[in-house]
Amino acid sequence: MVVVARPFDPRLIRYVPSTRAGLAQLGVLGVATAAAVVVAAAALARALAAAVELRLDQPALAVFLLALAARAGLTSALGVVAARMSATVKASLRGDLLGAVGRRGPTWLAGQRAGELATLAGRGLDALDGYFTGYLPQLVLGLTVPVAVLGTLLLTDLPSALIVLVTLPLIPVFGALVGWQTRTATDRQWHRLQLLGGHFLDMVSGLPTLRAFGGARAQVGAVRRMADRHRAATMRTLRLAFLSALVLELVGTISVALVAVPVGLRLLDGRMTLATALLVLLLTPEAYAPLRAAGTRFHASMEGLTTLDQAFTLLAAPSAEPGRTTAPAARPVGLIELRGVTVTFERGDGRRVTALRDVDLVLRPGERVALVGPSGGGKSTLLNVLLGFVVPDRGQVLVDGVDLAGLDLDAWRRRLGWVPQRAHLFAASLADNIALGDPDAPRADVERAARAAALGPVLDALPQGLDTVLGERGHGLSSGERQRLALARAFLRDAPLLLLDEPTARLDAASEQAVVEATASLVRGRTALLVAHRPALLAVATRTLHVDDGRVRPLETQEPVAV
Amino acid sequence: MRPILAFAAPLRWRLLGAGLLAALTEAAGLGLMATATWLLCTAAGQPPLIALSVAIVVVRTLAIGRGVLRYVERLASHDAVLRMVTEVRARIFAALADRPAAAPALRRGDLLSRMVSDVDAVQDLMVRVLLPMASAGLVGAAAVAAAAFADPLVALVLAVGLLLGGAALPAAAARLAARAGARLAPLRARYAVDTIDLVHGAADLAAYGARDRFEARGAAHAAELAATERELARRAFALDAAATVLSAATAVAVLVTGLARGVDGVWLAALTVAALAAGELSLSLLAAARKGAEIRGSLHRLAELLTAGGSGEPAAEPAGRPVPDGPLTLRLTGASVRYPGAAAPALSDVDLELPPGRHTAIVGPSGSGKSTLLGLLTGALAPDSGRVEADGAPIGEYDAQRWHTAVTGLLADAYLFHASVRDNLLLGRPDATDEELRAACGIAGLGEWVAVHGLDVRVGEDGAELSGGQRQRLALARAVLAEPRVLLLDEPTEGLDPARADAVLAAVRAHRRGRTTVVVTHRLAGLDTFDEVVVLDAGRLQERGTQGWVRAHGG
Repeated sequence: MVVVARPFDPRLIRYVPSTRAGLAQLGVLGVATAAAVVVAAAALARALAAAVELRLDQPALAVFLLALAARAGLTSALGVVAARMSATVKASLRGDLLGAVGRRGPTWLAGQRAGELATLAGRGLDALDGYFTGYLPQLVLGLTVPVAVLGTLLLTDLPSALIVLVTLPLIPVFGALVGWQTRTATDRQWHRLQLLGGHFLDMVSGLPTLRAFGGARAQVGAVRRMADRHRAATMRTLRLAFLSALVLELVGTISVALVAVPVGLRLLDGRMTLATALLVLLLTPEAYAPLRAAGTRFHASMEGLTTLDQAFTLLAAPSAEPGRTTAPAARPVGLIELRGVTVTFERGDGRRVTALRDVDLVLRPGERVALVGPSGGGKSTLLNVLLGFVVPDRGQVLVDGVDLAGLDLDAWRRRLGWVPQRAHLFAASLADNIALGDPDAPRADVERAARAAALGPVLDALPQGLDTVLGERGHGLSSGERQRLALARAFLRDAPLLLLDEPTARLDAASEQAVVEATASLVRGRTALLVAHRPALLAVATRTLHVDDGRVRPLETQEPVAV
Repeated sequence: MRPILAFAAPLRWRLLGAGLLAALTEAAGLGLMATATWLLCTAAGQPPLIALSVAIVVVRTLAIGRGVLRYVERLASHDAVLRMVTEVRARIFAALADRPAAAPALRRGDLLSRMVSDVDAVQDLMVRVLLPMASAGLVGAAAVAAAAFADPLVALVLAVGLLLGGAALPAAAARLAARAGARLAPLRARYAVDTIDLVHGAADLAAYGARDRFEARGAAHAAELAATERELARRAFALDAAATVLSAATAVAVLVTGLARGVDGVWLAALTVAALAAGELSLSLLAAARKGAEIRGSLHRLAELLTAGGSGEPAAEPAGRPVPDGPLTLRLTGASVRYPGAAAPALSDVDLELPPGRHTAIVGPSGSGKSTLLGLLTGALAPDSGRVEADGAPIGEYDAQRWHTAVTGLLADAYLFHASVRDNLLLGRPDATDEELRAACGIAGLGEWVAVHGLDVRVGEDGAELSGGQRQRLALARAVLAEPRVLLLDEPTEGLDPARADAVLAAVRAHRRGRTTVVVTHRLAGLDTFDEVVVLDAGRLQERGTQGWVRAHGG
């Protein structure tokens, strides 16, 4: 985990310009709050000094009440402004993050990163609330209030001002020192704690297996011992972590003692009025309070800043999909030609791998070409190039002689039907899922597409038929049914060119049969490029190409289709 | 909440100590400001220095004491509460272990991790809700008592102010927080689904040109979420402001009342400052009340789970009929299973006999009831009608733990623990030697891999650091190692390439020759050597055949 030590990330202003105005508002409110703090303390000091002489100083009490009410209102306003900043930043970063997916194309999101991004844009950014509403206002007050307090003290009692001036910096210094010390200790413990904490989840997840081997009940003792070790380890960390709380608390309270006792002695000599002395006493703790509050919220704010850092790092990643001109695309798909297409990827570990090497391929209208070969050989990349998800490093894709790089991608994709290995199903109705590419499609067409894709029995078994709403990620459908739904999308699109990526992968025999039959009827009379492993699907192809290590060659007829 | 607080009972002295320390910490802060005020007001009367010496010592002691007290209190409270969490975890685990029926509902990952974080809510309940409330209550009471020494009416005024700030406002904050949670949760959940659709469905959206439509929908949902958050934040901060104003008003009321009642001026000044400081406690109570509202759902779920069963004590003496040694004959007669809420039964009217030594294959499409049938044999499920018997007695009558070791294997929900390969294997047979472990791995086709990587390599959470095929073979090796009387294998070669799948299955069957073995599969290849092949479809036993059936059916 990257720990950002800065209290404010300057990239925030670059990505969300409105935060500049928010910061300015926070600053103004912070200055006003500081003024209210000083006025309230002065008024209360006067009222108390009068009370000691058994006088009721009504004007002073009124001013005190008004100033504290103003302070309360200003503090709330600070919170509201901070909360508004938080909500705005979250909404804006969410839009940027999700927009980035659109701009960079789906291949930008490989595996791990997709999950990370979905979590970050979803619940992850909520961690910013702690930073904005908890930490940032205190940080602003931590600048304005001490200045106002020090200024007042300088004018009223120089020795006290000097004591505060010397001790105040101890809070950030000690806070940083202790925080830095605990962080190294915490880091060391963290891994261990996670192991133990995760162990409970692990045991619970594996309960059916423990039970299957007769061991569930015997593990109760193990869980208790494990949780006890967890407690011991946590306590070791906390002993250090709470030191920061001790120091922050001590600096604040000891300086009150340091100020109060000499002031008392000066009163004794008659060198000071009681009202001034009480003002000094009441103001001194105010100088430390915001910094201490910021210190106790340090951890919550760190989480927020780390989240911000993740978001900015993702947003700053280089763009893969260049801008395009919007040359119109000819309507029917004719000849498709790949000329010397080479595609390379940067892997997670920074190494570049070549997915396609100098591929030449001609796809004539009406041809149905099957791609076979080992996984990782480049079959899916070939489809991604045609979809425009991947831009070749070298070489060209020509559609009727026009470079794909110059075509309007949306228009081009409208002429494609795509069936991926594992289609994403949306948390919407079956009909909406099928009509993904054409939300205004007539109901009858959607139904026809569904039945053509062998979804008929599924629809008939559901009481609400096409209006059945799927759960998150299509929860409620089996893998075979999902693939048939993906085929139904392609049927509805009625596109001249079909790109099918192993539509029967991971299906059991019965589902495979249904999907193969539906696929066969889908590709009839269209141009198709299909990745296939199973013989049943190869039967629909007019010719077969072998893709291995990024190279494409025709499959000899005698060669077995094994992979 | 009562079942959770029951866990606090054995720790009552530790918790009480922590509560007292917390109250002393707050009292020290209050006392510091009050004593310092008293010191200054007294000094203004220019008495001899000796009149101030006690106050000076008290001020210095409280100044140091508060920090030290805070540190000790934090450690004491966390120690006590973590002890409580330990016990809660053990009890939750025991409750789950005792409730086989609850397991399928918990299978989904998010529910599981939610349950684990629910346990952490116990910590929040004690440290961030109950402890601050208890200490604020004690300190408030002490302040009122001190005021009563000066004047009863002043004490009454202070008590009313503190009650309003310490009880009424926090109650309002809790209600507001609960309502906020109820309003935000569905909006947040909806937006989480939007992000999943936009991110994981990026390729589908791009290919079908639906990206802009979904992005606009997501943005609209995000904006609605942001607007709701802003509105709720405004109300919450208004309550904070009210708390501050109330504490100021209380202090002023104390001062005015005290003057009217002729209370000594110096003491009145100290009391006023103390009232102001006590009023600030209500801000921490607001935070506690909000936290309490936030974790309410978690605690409710936990309490439900805890009251459902499980004593947390080690298993009692085995109950039920002992499983007979020697060969075992299992028989299903007219067995039917219907899951709650399912339209059709998962199994209906199935007859099946598993005499000793027979190798049986169960084939059929997914969802045909194969795994349900295995669940009946392991005793994880009970039939709704019909009988499941072993040697003539219903299997439910046998001692459950012994039954699990006699009839087990590789089941659909096989899990690999975040531990070493050895530990995962030993679960099958705790007393196995390394040679036996390696032999089992060899049978499951993992021999070479173990020879290279050894038995001590960790497999990651649910085998995440292994490939799908390795994971499957390790789970299979564990099942083989268990050497049960009846070995059940649910899709044992899933994720292996066809050639290796055939080899592994053949090796396992050779090892099990003469001992009852049941293999569930959807692959038809290699089935012709089984003693019996049973075909399930839609929960019904469609066909059964002996050797050569598959050949005849073109598999």
